[in-house]
Amino acid sequence: MEILVCVKRVPDTSENEISVAGDGKDIQRDDLVYSVNEWDNYAVEEAIQIVDRAGGNVTVVTVGGDDSEEILRREMAMGANNGILLKDDAFEGSDGKGIATILKAVAQKSKYDLILTGAQADAGAAQVGGMLAAMMDLPYASLVNKIEIIDDKKLKIGREIEGGNQEMNEINLPCVLSIQTGINEPRYVGIRGIRKVASVEIPTYGAGDLGLAASAVGVAGAKVKKIDYFVPVLGDGAEMLEGSNEEIIAKLIELLKAKGGLK
Amino acid sequence: MAQIFAYITYKGSVADDSALELLAAAKKIDAAAKINAVVAGSGADLNAVCTAMAASYNEVWKIDNAAMAYPNAEVIRKALVNILPAGSIVLMPHDTFGMDLGPGLSIKMNAGFASDVVGIEGVDANALKLVRQEFGGQVSTHVTCDISGGAVITLRPGSFQADESKSAGGQVVDKSANAGDLTVGRKFLEVVAAEVGDVDITKAEVLVSIGRGIEDVENIGVAQELAEAMGAVVSCSRPIVDAKWMEKSRQVGTSGQTVKPKVYMAMGISGSFQHLGGIKGNPFIVAVNKNPKAPIFQVADVGVVANILEFMPELTEKIKEM
Repeated sequence: MEILVCVKRVPDTSENEISVAGDGKDIQRDDLVYSVNEWDNYAVEEAIQIVDRAGGNVTVVTVGGDDSEEILRREMAMGANNGILLKDDAFEGSDGKGIATILKAVAQKSKYDLILTGAQADAGAAQVGGMLAAMMDLPYASLVNKIEIIDDKKLKIGREIEGGNQEMNEINLPCVLSIQTGINEPRYVGIRGIRKVASVEIPTYGAGDLGLAASAVGVAGAKVKKIDYFVPVLGDGAEMLEGSNEEIIAKLIELLKAKGGLK
Repeated sequence: MAQIFAYITYKGSVADDSALELLAAAKKIDAAAKINAVVAGSGADLNAVCTAMAASYNEVWKIDNAAMAYPNAEVIRKALVNILPAGSIVLMPHDTFGMDLGPGLSIKMNAGFASDVVGIEGVDANALKLVRQEFGGQVSTHVTCDISGGAVITLRPGSFQADESKSAGGQVVDKSANAGDLTVGRKFLEVVAAEVGDVDITKAEVLVSIGRGIEDVENIGVAQELAEAMGAVVSCSRPIVDAKWMEKSRQVGTSGQTVKPKVYMAMGISGSFQHLGGIKGNPFIVAVNKNPKAPIFQVADVGVVANILEFMPELTEKIKEM
């Protein structure tokens, strides 16, 4: 099976405090730790496991700058066979549809049986997989947490739905699936693994190579535009306990007693 | 302004809680507009939902087809593309169904798409100004969505106060005959119910709930000791289950269990909206997290910025000394 996995380099939210930059136009990018989007990493692992069972190749692709090459190499160190970097100034400011348009162009350069994306990435939009499928007229399922191969025409898949339940479907190949975390246990990648793929050539394509009009992607093609970032306010905000640990714990125990938290 | 439709989901014969939240959101886009609903499904349950929705929506467009007895988003997308007028604005919940349907529908309708919207700040010319969140809720952002060719917008459940006015006096319009060809490449098989675990966290009055901050499976004992001292039960957030450190039955959140404790101790949990969606009944929430930007602090009653691996043992010890 030939599998294309779409991945993204994102600030790692488990490693960073994300703050709004002074002018509100962006987040503070200094000193951020970047990694491959967590959902995408599960998708790559799943693709590798499918190829281990059924044969074929895994290709990882990303839209980004030169920095994004490092995550392609990381996923190739995991076991992906090929990497593709889609890089062009014209891609900057793309909305979800713009990214899906770019990915469609590269997906059509080869014949893939299965295209995987992460269920969502840093912007939490959960959109690119479903858009890509619709553009390519392929069947789609989101939030996939189980994949079984039936034959070379069909998969049996599970979708994570509310309440911890799982919705089972049969889906025709080729198709697009967005992958939910927890579907597998992504393998560890050591520094030696990354060194092994350090010199593998990663082809880079721009808008011209993909036959894309600049007006279809980037800011020019975007219907959704970001205006600014700001500090969110969801509720009234917690009363923050401060002082020495001893003082904090004394106060907390008092509160827990009052609220029925201690038996 | 284009016609606004709210896509209503339902279970049994009852509309989802989102049904009237979508109405409130629609009125934030255009306070004067007559808002329509669209409901797809099959049989008596569908009819009951449509009738109920007519109290709140101007027209309720019913799509009845046996192929929609289970809400297969691929089938429903095809019907909607055939039935909804070009240029419509379609609202739906940002849940596991909306995520399945919305992005592809926007492509097929050639419309704008914005997802997981938590606020609507009005329309300027063709630009609908929306509030979203990024980076797991650590920052918010304003975006504009060009609605000149219509739009598909998914709204975060619970973000809009349901419009209970039931003042529309609307009618049900049967659009089933216009659904068209519903052949798709995905077939629904069955729903596999969640496994029942050894402990029922939904019954617990006090929960010590752990997230990524626990760092390692070997540290879970630290939380168990605190829970024992408090007479509480240990629950967790999604990453703990993804890592296979605890059973799925211990997971709090929309994709796990819905809990209604008196006291909820969120230990090293950042507080994604999916996690918060599983906490009901307005418990007293204590949040301990080393990241002062963690969204959990926005909704907790009491917060402590600390490493839970140092904080929990100290708390346990002091409680034991009591």
